[in-house]
Amino acid sequence: MNSRRTLLKVGTAAVALMMAPQADLRASEPMPVVATFSILGDMVAQIGGEHIALTTLVGPDGDAHVYQPTPADARAVSDADLLFVNGLEFEGWLDRLIDASGYEGDRVVATASVEPIPFEEGDHDDHGEHGDDDHGHDDHGHDDHGHDDHGHDDHAKAEHAEHGHDDHDHDDDHAKAEEAHGHGDHDHDHEEAKAEHGHDDHGHDDHADGGHAGHDHGEFDPHAWQSIDNAIAYVDEITAALAKADPANAADFYQNRAAYVAELEALDAEIRGILAGLPEDRRTIVTSHDAFGYFAEAYDLTFEAPVGLSTESEASAADVAEMIEQIRDENISAVFVESITDNRLLELIANETGAVIGGTLYSDALSGPDGPAGTYLDMMRHNATTLASALGS
Amino acid sequence: MIWELLFEPFAAYGFMRRALIGCVAIAVGATPIGVFLMLRRMSLTGDAMAHAILPGAAVGYLIAGLSLTAMTIGGLVAGMAVALFSGFVSRVTPLREDASLAAFYLISLAAGVLIVSMRGSNVDLMHVLFGTVLALDDPALILLCSIASVTTVAMALLFRPLVLECADPQFLRSVSRMSAVTHFTFLALAVLNLVGGFQALGTLMIVGIMILPAAAARFWVTTVGGMIAVGIVVAIASSMAGLLLSYHYSLPSGPAIILSAGIAYALSLIIGPVGGLIRPLPRTNTP
Repeated sequence: MNSRRTLLKVGTAAVALMMAPQADLRASEPMPVVATFSILGDMVAQIGGEHIALTTLVGPDGDAHVYQPTPADARAVSDADLLFVNGLEFEGWLDRLIDASGYEGDRVVATASVEPIPFEEGDHDDHGEHGDDDHGHDDHGHDDHGHDDHGHDDHAKAEHAEHGHDDHDHDDDHAKAEEAHGHGDHDHDHEEAKAEHGHDDHGHDDHADGGHAGHDHGEFDPHAWQSIDNAIAYVDEITAALAKADPANAADFYQNRAAYVAELEALDAEIRGILAGLPEDRRTIVTSHDAFGYFAEAYDLTFEAPVGLSTESEASAADVAEMIEQIRDENISAVFVESITDNRLLELIANETGAVIGGTLYSDALSGPDGPAGTYLDMMRHNATTLASALGS
Repeated sequence: MIWELLFEPFAAYGFMRRALIGCVAIAVGATPIGVFLMLRRMSLTGDAMAHAILPGAAVGYLIAGLSLTAMTIGGLVAGMAVALFSGFVSRVTPLREDASLAAFYLISLAAGVLIVSMRGSNVDLMHVLFGTVLALDDPALILLCSIASVTTVAMALLFRPLVLECADPQFLRSVSRMSAVTHFTFLALAVLNLVGGFQALGTLMIVGIMILPAAAARFWVTTVGGMIAVGIVVAIASSMAGLLLSYHYSLPSGPAIILSAGIAYALSLIIGPVGGLIRPLPRTNTP
């Protein structure tokens, strides 16, 4: 990742030089692109600037899990030059939409170079099948929520090789492997295989030749944007794809990227600062929708949700009882509601345990432009401050 | 042992008690409606109504945003309108009630989808509107119990004309002016129970509790009053069984309750003394 980012920076300069004489030849017409949901759309807009005409399919406060595409969406997709998607099975309705629209352009999978984390709920054997044997990060990944100190270091090595900008030291060899591979990036088939399979850097070679065709879907937590490291990986994918599709404006894209990544890194430091002060026993958070796995991992928190995974599944009485027990046992003082889900169940649990509702977190969608989470940066900052003020009190 | 298995979950958790109270209220309110719906061959009305309330909910959403109260009132109005219009059409024209109901609910559903799409938001309205039995808060419980009380009183007042209306509507129409009043009050009660139930418990729960116990009771007794009594007992027992299964085996509550009622129905179907599959020997053959 590091080397990759360096390369991108070098690329910025090189491309800028190359493109400079042709600046006057730039197409004045903005390139039509489509992003599937508001958070991704915000990132694409940050990079593309005035050179793209962006359509976002699932707008602010919309739930991309249960979205129903409209004909206008299909038209937007078929007119687009580039389609940006999250991947990791987040947009279950997307394949049908693409088929229906007859779109034949590139599909840019934003999570292509993200190391996906498996869902903590459900059948662990499932994950075991898919060759975690090399380094078994699964094992500490969900048994004890793995965010405690011991889990972190080896974690970082194995898992963050691609996106951990805070562990420059120990991922050299991984980074090399990534370098060898990561820059073939425009090969989308390869990327998809990677996105779906993910978590081993060792397996790259047999990876690409489709050894994972029969892979189960929805195995990984798709909410990867909840960690800023991953957001930078998103931005890199977006930049590379835009630069490839519109070489004339590549210099601008790389410039925008540099500025945006700087903002992201500053925000990351800010959030770490905000959350660092929380004591060890006040780092467990209860929300209504299990969307904060990456956030939890990045900032060393533990998130619990009464209904796992998806907004569509229905809770069982046992789940709710377990949640209540846990809140009582661990003395959890605040639960948080989310912008896109039905929060009645959570309010009931809060009521029964005496915990307070700590505020609204934004997980899968931005708020409207006037809301507290109008952009990705605002959303992450809002979530962090909301958490800190409720947990720190 | 028995205590732990059957009662401890209810003693330990408020949400389990609330769920049970909600189920009892629904059983008392909705099962009698279900019995009459079954006798009038309108058992699928519940499902149709689930679609019919969408435009009302959508209008409520457009006016007040994601407010459950507004959406419920909207749903209630839309459901009533569909029920009244279809009842009216079936009374003054030769079109049968099921056909006119189907027509109106389809119109209503299409209007709902249109309104929701025009607004352009994609929050899943049905998802937000429909609750779950595990998340019954005070307003939802009060709503359910009020509906059950209103329904019980109204059914008690209308019991005789209702039975007549089921058995021989022409006769009732000829001897009494109560016919129309009875018909529309009954439809209104059905809508009231359905919309209230959707909001608090979810579609599957309310329609299931309305119809399945009534169908099961049909195999045990012949009188209407008897069917209502057996139906309520079956509904409450299934609710309790479903909640306990959900608690002990981590099953989703709504489906667990409805499947329990489904099992009660299947058992009744097989061993029920009135028309069950395993019939007692006909008495007329014995000398």
